[in-house]
Amino acid sequence: MKLTNLLATAAVALGLATSAFADDKTKVGFVFVGPVGDGGWTYEHNKGRLAVEAEFGDKVETTFVENVPEGADAERVMTQMALQGADLIFTTSFGYMDPTINVAKKFPDVKFEHATGYKQADNVSVYSARFYEGRAIEGHIAGKMTKSNIVGYIGSFPIPEVIRGINSAYIHAKKVNPDVEFKIVWAFTWFDPAKEADAAKVLIEQGADVILQHTDSTAPLAAAEAAGNVIGFGQASDMSEFKDGPRVSSIIDDWAPYYISRVKAVMDGTWESKSTWDGIGAGMVGIGDITDKVPADVKAEALAMKAALADGSYHAFTGPLNKQDGSVWLKEGETAQDYSDDGLAGMNFFVEGIVGDIPE
Amino acid sequence: MDLSAINPALLLASLLVAATPIMIAGIGELVVERAGVLNLGVEGMMITGAICGFMATIITGSPALGFLFAALGGAALSLLFALLTQVALANQVASGLALTLFGLGLSSLLGQGYVGLKPPSSPKLDIPLLSDIPFFGTVLFSHDIIVYLGIALVAAVWATLKYTRVGLVLRAVGENHDAAHALGYKVVRIRVLAIMFGGACAGLGGAYISLIRVPQWTEGMTAGAGWIALALVVFASWKPWRVLLGAWLFGGITVLQLNLQAAGVSIPVEILSMSPYIITIVVLVIMSADKSRAPASLGRIFHASS
Repeated sequence: MKLTNLLATAAVALGLATSAFADDKTKVGFVFVGPVGDGGWTYEHNKGRLAVEAEFGDKVETTFVENVPEGADAERVMTQMALQGADLIFTTSFGYMDPTINVAKKFPDVKFEHATGYKQADNVSVYSARFYEGRAIEGHIAGKMTKSNIVGYIGSFPIPEVIRGINSAYIHAKKVNPDVEFKIVWAFTWFDPAKEADAAKVLIEQGADVILQHTDSTAPLAAAEAAGNVIGFGQASDMSEFKDGPRVSSIIDDWAPYYISRVKAVMDGTWESKSTWDGIGAGMVGIGDITDKVPADVKAEALAMKAALADGSYHAFTGPLNKQDGSVWLKEGETAQDYSDDGLAGMNFFVEGIVGDIPE
Repeated sequence: MDLSAINPALLLASLLVAATPIMIAGIGELVVERAGVLNLGVEGMMITGAICGFMATIITGSPALGFLFAALGGAALSLLFALLTQVALANQVASGLALTLFGLGLSSLLGQGYVGLKPPSSPKLDIPLLSDIPFFGTVLFSHDIIVYLGIALVAAVWATLKYTRVGLVLRAVGENHDAAHALGYKVVRIRVLAIMFGGACAGLGGAYISLIRVPQWTEGMTAGAGWIALALVVFASWKPWRVLLGAWLFGGITVLQLNLQAAGVSIPVEILSMSPYIITIVVLVIMSADKSRAPASLGRIFHASS
């Protein structure tokens, strides 16, 4: 029964609290925004945590707290972890950015790693994956496969990471299908299956036959399955339980190699604050198996694009590209910079052709 | 902005679905309040029903059994409230609030191992011929059985309260429990049964969210539906058919705001997402002019000796 699990966890937690300063294990904490069983974002971060345990065995001790709201609660959880003797803390959601910086100031000897943010400090590194490379491939498949020419997109929060994804998917869908139209619903949550399901249903009712999601649960895929002729993609994780249904491919976040290398750096004393932003090439972004629902030629094109993105011969944002208001963003052949005005890191505009405003 | 993208038939059909959980929970609470008991624990009973139904469906593989266990789970939790308020004579408001908090905690404990699982899908009741009628077929005859059960429940409660002896006794207990007691009716027993009926309805409503509408389990997934159900009863001025109307209004605006967003209407998203709640408040204010009043003994504690 699950109660024994809980008791075991409680016992482990108690053990941790009492033995915090007793041995020289490297202690690594993880702060998760959703439950580890969400099947998406947090599930993959937890897989990275388990990989760290498998790699270092007895030399490392990991703890995690799930379902931590972005805000004051996050700060409390991080403080608690630092007080319990954590050497390294991974905070795995965009909204933990300011809490991480605040707590890091109070604990200069503890190392922090914040996912998908942009604020660094001497003891705070940032890391993210170039999910937009995966979105380019999704966009290509979506543009080729939509029959209604309407693609539904469930956005979470209007932050650069999500906007990059929408732009990248749109550019590549438009390239292969000039008639394609994107309908975007903002859910204002990372994880709320009821809301995500409602959003997906509405998009499907309005004619979308491809659903792209930037939220973490499998609810949109369940809605697509219920609707019938609708396809979708696994988000953050493979979501392969929908393989026989709507899921035609997926973007998989693979954090394990990064987590292992960072824990190793702490053990060796070589850890320093840096900014990591890897994509398909470095293996941080994976593309899940493309199913047989996708025609063979489309699949081949998608795989070719994946290879080109991986070896760097193609950039997902290559000009000519205009902004939504028609002004020039990238000239012919120019590729987007990571950090500059109008760079990818702080992207806050839609590209030309997308209808609708970004909520403030 | 392209309003033509909104299909009215599908909009009305999803309105019926969105309204069902609050309608079922609301009609249950109406019966409880007509018996003179104010149970603010609807949210807690709904979420407990949601997880009980989900667990039973995963274990047995049968959604029908899932709904049965959801009703049982909700009723069992409401029994705790009945014990506190009818036997121990505790304050109903405080006990109800405690029940909500307890239900939320209990459900996340029970649900630990069930996050992310996929329940077997509940079959849709496709009525041959009828569901092929253009427009009306989609709106009225393409739903799962619980949608119809909800409407039937409203009709049954209305008829029972209005035309039967049981209904009359229940209303008497709610209006003046001392008089009902003097006539020899078992006030406490009747109220406990009403509370359990309310709990079972709340449980069903919760399970509708976790088994059909989403279908998945997450902590806190009823997200305030129980409070809406409570507001519905006041909104309906304790009349069954108005619960149905209120539920459709609330469900309709919830669905409409998502549709408007997807259609690209340039109204700020924040305003759209709070619109169902604003409309609820506005309608409550307007309805307060209505002279229908609450059951006279609502929320009052009864003891045979007083």
